Amino acid sequence: MSKELKSTTPTDSEIVFGILNNSESAIKRLYVAYFPMVLQLIINNNGTQDDAKDIYQEAIIVLYNKIKKGDFELNSKLKTFIYSVCRRLWLKRLSQMNRYGGDLHDFQDYSPVEDEVEQQAERDIQFTKMQSALQLLGEPCKTIIEDFYINNRSMQEICESFGYTNADNAKTQKYKCLQRLKKLFFQQK
Amino acid sequence: MREEQLLEVIERYLNGEMNAGERSEFEQLRKENADIDSRVIEHQQFTGLLKQYGERVILEKRLNAIHQEIDVHALSEEVMVHPSWIIQLWRNHHSKISVAASIAIFAVLGTLFFTGYLNNSSYTELGLKVDRLDQSNQKLTKTISALSSGPKKSVTPDKYRGTGFAITSNGLIATAYHVISGADSVYVQDASGRSFKAKVLYTEPQNDIAILKIADTTFKNFGAIPYTFKKSESDLAENVFTYGYPQNSPVYGDGRVTSSNGLNGDSIDYEISVPINPGNSGGPLFDNKGNVIGIVKAKQTRLEGVNFALKSSYLLDAIENIPSDSLNKKPVLNTKNALANLTRVQQIKKLQNYVFIVKVY
Repeated sequence: MSKELKSTTPTDSEIVFGILNNSESAIKRLYVAYFPMVLQLIINNNGTQDDAKDIYQEAIIVLYNKIKKGDFELNSKLKTFIYSVCRRLWLKRLSQMNRYGGDLHDFQDYSPVEDEVEQQAERDIQFTKMQSALQLLGEPCKTIIEDFYINNRSMQEICESFGYTNADNAKTQKYKCLQRLKKLFFQQK
Repeated sequence: MREEQLLEVIERYLNGEMNAGERSEFEQLRKENADIDSRVIEHQQFTGLLKQYGERVILEKRLNAIHQEIDVHALSEEVMVHPSWIIQLWRNHHSKISVAASIAIFAVLGTLFFTGYLNNSSYTELGLKVDRLDQSNQKLTKTISALSSGPKKSVTPDKYRGTGFAITSNGLIATAYHVISGADSVYVQDASGRSFKAKVLYTEPQNDIAILKIADTTFKNFGAIPYTFKKSESDLAENVFTYGYPQNSPVYGDGRVTSSNGLNGDSIDYEISVPINPGNSGGPLFDNKGNVIGIVKAKQTRLEGVNFALKSSYLLDAIENIPSDSLNKKPVLNTKNALANLTRVQQIKKLQNYVFIVKVY
């Protein structure tokens, strides 16, 4: 049943080292190489193109984090790993939507990846909480926090762009913002 | 202000902005003060999560940008597994197809039912056909056991039976063709239990007629036949009766001629309302006066009380048609009715000796 998917596939080690070296093109090549495989899986199992995109990106993030953490073993194939994660994620999604018919139309070999998927799900929950906490925080706090803690800008720069008269005022403001953000974050269930 | 300063110190510590002296001083403080230590860990984790969140947002943006460049539509077409057109047709239209098919089946069955076509299948000859198969099976089993247990003589029961009746005093007997078709040997047994070997003299399968001749040295003569054979057709609603052997003892049944045509308007048969059973096949059908007007042949399984008998004129024709070289002389049929003025009980008593069980082996 499976159709041959044609694309110039980069080697696994190229991708792994590319990601470790923050290479932009490595991610792109990875993404382009395996998307058709996942699209095939999803749209032939009751999914849409958007479902395929969501699932695939989640799987890429799982892989990315795994490589970054240094625990991706090169002896397991990237292709199989991505397919397995997507398959697992899609099964989960299908059963949440009550659309799972009990049988998935498979195109590739797959291996058990429950742990990775579970870890990812937990982290996603944390990120969703952080996102909504930041949203609730409002301006200018959100930008101050993002600039300082995420974008690594110095207090001096932040001070200038917000027009604070001195750095102490800015620090006080940042401190208050952080306290509020923590409160908002931990209040959420 | 104390809290705010503490945060600044923690941040400087975590960012590695402290000099060696400050650092060891702060580490000492961490060891001594568990509260400060947990504040450090909490801050580290929270800012770490913030950082990771930021990275995730950027990564997602990058992935989305890459995704934009892929022609998903074209790719979907390529990877979509297209089942063969008949499966697609079924998937897209299966409900409609199902409805249409059920309507079609209903229509066909309905039409067949109302036009009476289906009745054909319910037309069964009054034979013990299943018994026949069963018996042949038993015979096979016996043959096998005989083969395995050496020669052993056994009495074979009759495979199949019907009814027959005398047509001439010198041993001609009429019965239905389907009773004796495929027979190895045929015996007839009279009311007193005497059995005679008979041979099949003449058959007309298309009319379901068979004429047997007793071929037994012990047989002499039946004596004068008490009934006559009616050449003309009997009228509708005429009172009729049968006498035959659906079981070992004779069974009498009466009813009326309910139609001058048989199944599907077949003009060679009467339709009669006499209750009959398998084994009655080949038996005589009499009118009130004791004339033979037909040969019982079949019943319809679907409807109760609808049975069929071949008209006697076809029997007379068959007797005429017997090839002359198979007989010594032309059969002479009785023309004097000895039953006409008797009661039914007396009629039966007189005719019972002329009706036989036909046993087929």
